[in-house]
Amino acid sequence: MAVDAGAFEAGPPGRRARLRLSGLFWRRPWLKALALLTPPLGAFLIVYVGALAVVFISSFWSVDSFTSELKHTWGLANYRVIFDTSQPYLHIAGLTLKMAAGATLTDAVLAFPLAFFMARVAGGRTRAILFVMVLLPLWSSYLVRIYAWQTILAHNGAINWALNGAGLPDQHLAYTNTAMWIVYSYVWLPFMVLPVYAALERIPDSYLEASSDLGASGFRTFRSVILPLALPGLVAGSIFTFALTLGDYITPVLVGGTGSQMIGNVVYDNFATNLPFAAAFTIVPMLIMGVYLLIARKLGAFDAL
Amino acid sequence: MRRVRKRHVLGVVALAAIGAAFAVPAATVHASAKGSSGLPTKIGKGEGRLNLIEWPGYSYKSFANKFQKQTGCIIHRKDAGTSQEMFGLMHANGGGGGGQYDLVSASGDASLRLIYAHDVQPINIKLIPSWKQFLPVFKSPAHNTLGGVHYGVSLQWGPNTLIYNTKKVKPAPTGWGAIYTKKYKGKLTVPNNPIQIADAALFLEKTKPRLGIKDPYELTRVQLAAAVALLKAQKPLLKRYWNYAADEISSFANGDVWMGAGWPYQTLALQGDKHPVKEIIPLPSTGWADTWMLASKAPHPNCAYMWMKYVSTPQVQAKQALWFGETPVNPKACPYMNKEQKGSCAAYHLNVPLSYYQKIKFWKTPVPACGWKKSNSCMDYNAWVQAWAQIQG
Repeated sequence: MAVDAGAFEAGPPGRRARLRLSGLFWRRPWLKALALLTPPLGAFLIVYVGALAVVFISSFWSVDSFTSELKHTWGLANYRVIFDTSQPYLHIAGLTLKMAAGATLTDAVLAFPLAFFMARVAGGRTRAILFVMVLLPLWSSYLVRIYAWQTILAHNGAINWALNGAGLPDQHLAYTNTAMWIVYSYVWLPFMVLPVYAALERIPDSYLEASSDLGASGFRTFRSVILPLALPGLVAGSIFTFALTLGDYITPVLVGGTGSQMIGNVVYDNFATNLPFAAAFTIVPMLIMGVYLLIARKLGAFDAL
Repeated sequence: MRRVRKRHVLGVVALAAIGAAFAVPAATVHASAKGSSGLPTKIGKGEGRLNLIEWPGYSYKSFANKFQKQTGCIIHRKDAGTSQEMFGLMHANGGGGGGQYDLVSASGDASLRLIYAHDVQPINIKLIPSWKQFLPVFKSPAHNTLGGVHYGVSLQWGPNTLIYNTKKVKPAPTGWGAIYTKKYKGKLTVPNNPIQIADAALFLEKTKPRLGIKDPYELTRVQLAAAVALLKAQKPLLKRYWNYAADEISSFANGDVWMGAGWPYQTLALQGDKHPVKEIIPLPSTGWADTWMLASKAPHPNCAYMWMKYVSTPQVQAKQALWFGETPVNPKACPYMNKEQKGSCAAYHLNVPLSYYQKIKFWKTPVPACGWKKSNSCMDYNAWVQAWAQIQG
């Protein structure tokens, strides 16, 4: 011991300090954890949670109607406007919710077979190609892709061209809620495919073999073994698709029609002139997401993340 | 105006936003001589830099490069796609341009808001020599001059026009009634902007004289409700509300929209691409006028004054007008316009008699003060924004 202590004291000062620090961390492991976690946790708490807290607090403030100056007086006026049925905001929240649910369901139905094929059928090479194809759109600008859909859905766009070629009449898809639903289903699809793939890939082959050994039909195996095990992946994917739709405001502007206002558009229209109202309306999708996440946790979605 | 050259304006805006995140902090202000009113009496030495919030392309290089060479003021641009974005940018970071921006090319629906929010400061109009040449209506217009105090210098203007597809809309429309009637249901478009309520009010001024509308920007509660009712009835007739000029252009180009309210910019862009469109300006009509306004915390005021002075000169006025499809406020620009593009002075209505301008109701932010009623009972801009949200919802 004495010899060790002598060596400890004998080194150059910088080395000595380092050794002392590492000794300290060794004796007090919680200190090491604290040192490692402080920067990310600090950033998370101050920048992320702190910002949310400010949004929440400011949603109770009001604004001078002409100068847009903040008035730091507390009140529920903003929420009263949102929940006033003579105002359009409940309807807008309802449409946003419908869009989110529609895109999520569509993506789940589209993503499941694709993810299943990638995880359990395709060979290494095919799987790699499919992966690249699923991810490729994410490398291009989201905005460019929506503009592309504007052209595809337009009166003289690719869809009507194809329909006419098949002898069918024109469809008036451009600038409608249907157009928004199509675009949302398209842009968020990769966010559904990946978690479903991860969930399906983790199912051991032996489970499927056991199921068929016990005489279950293919459909029975799917219903009783694959689907329950893939459900957390589906729910995890739906968290992405749902949350992304709730916050979006560009798609309604570019492909939406006259009744296509969503929560994001109202927030965007108000943040410069009436920040507290925008903040209050931001709380609405957060509440929706909170309820959704609670349900998702019950369904085991976080096991697959 | 929110005229936008490029299709992917949002992308441009997004890039600009990233650019702004790295923007250089404000440089030190060189003190310039100040008069008794607190306004500068002469333009001091340039600060070497000028930060603009502008409609995309408002400091186009064909005339901005010469300015940079002459003055040494290097221009840094921040594009805004809507009046709302402009106001938001000016009002952010403590307001007054946040100590970052010098000038904003505000339209009439934002300019009074900027003044009342103290985001812009008074200027000494005597330092802009070309101002004396301006058309009288643009010297001290209500949208940028309050009680004789100038908060900026008028720049360009344009009427709101009725654009139509000549192949589909027959006979050609003759008045604004065309966008409120069922004949072209599902093929119409109007801007997504609360100031659009003024267009409805102006239409009602003629068709429903009993409402007693005197000024489409100064509406009582009853008058506003009537305009909202008209716009609510219009909504099922529309294909869409357009947000960016490029959106209206593409809707006309791909055949989804046959007729709608817009600006000469869209008509020129569509005609340039050989689309069969024409426009009419049924008078009375609303119109917009833009103003370069000086941010109250402008870090480079001398360069800002030099820019206001430069863009007011006839040559530059002509260049910008032709580049954008808008009309100068300085009629001396007429010969320069004709030199660059034959007949353009007349095409842009710069040679019309003064009575013409009286029939164009230029955008101004609605405020509670009612000039014609001599009271404070008019509906303010926030009421308009809420009414517009109700129409849209």
